[in-house]
Amino acid sequence: MFIGATAALLVAMLLALVRAFAGPSLFDRVLAVNSFGTKTVLLIGLLGFLTERPEFLDIALLYALVNFIGTIAVLKFFRYRNLGLSSAEVARREEAE
Amino acid sequence: MELILDIASGALLAVGSFFILVGTLGLVRLPDFYTRLHAAGITDTLGAELVLIAMMLQAGFSLITVKLIIISMFIFFTSPTATHAVANAARTMGLRPALVPESDIQPPSGIGEGKR
Repeated sequence: MFIGATAALLVAMLLALVRAFAGPSLFDRVLAVNSFGTKTVLLIGLLGFLTERPEFLDIALLYALVNFIGTIAVLKFFRYRNLGLSSAEVARREEAE
Repeated sequence: MELILDIASGALLAVGSFFILVGTLGLVRLPDFYTRLHAAGITDTLGAELVLIAMMLQAGFSLITVKLIIISMFIFFTSPTATHAVANAARTMGLRPALVPESDIQPPSGIGEGKR
């Protein structure tokens, strides 16, 4: 039962990778990588149940956090070309646009 | 009771896997970025939540279920936020929907104002 779900998840991750490599625009790639990360969280959880080691769920939780922060950070980087901007500087650039 | 829980979690796993596959197929096959956002949303909310609920049924009342609830709440709130951020960035940088005729698209002025 868990094996079937894991196999389906692996196929879905492969398809998401296809979109991440082929995606014509930058945003397609970001979206595909974000979706890939969500599937990775599920895969880690399922593997934990499959091997009867539920401690894997801690890793899955950590991966969910990293995935979200990573997506937002990549988007911020592509918009401002700098990850260390203060919020005052961001507001100033917004005004300049 | 054990049997009922097994059947229920198996059904939830099957339906969740189906939605994950359908959403990812949409991510590959749909024609432009804004339609692909829609397909990715199916995977992130419905598919992921159903699979996590199936795991909760298997775990019973324990610390594992608490962790699963935390993961599912987190995914439930962050994946729409991430999708919104991607869509907002694409719109701000001027990516146009492919299937809408040129005359129907609003000019991208006024995007930066009154929004934050």
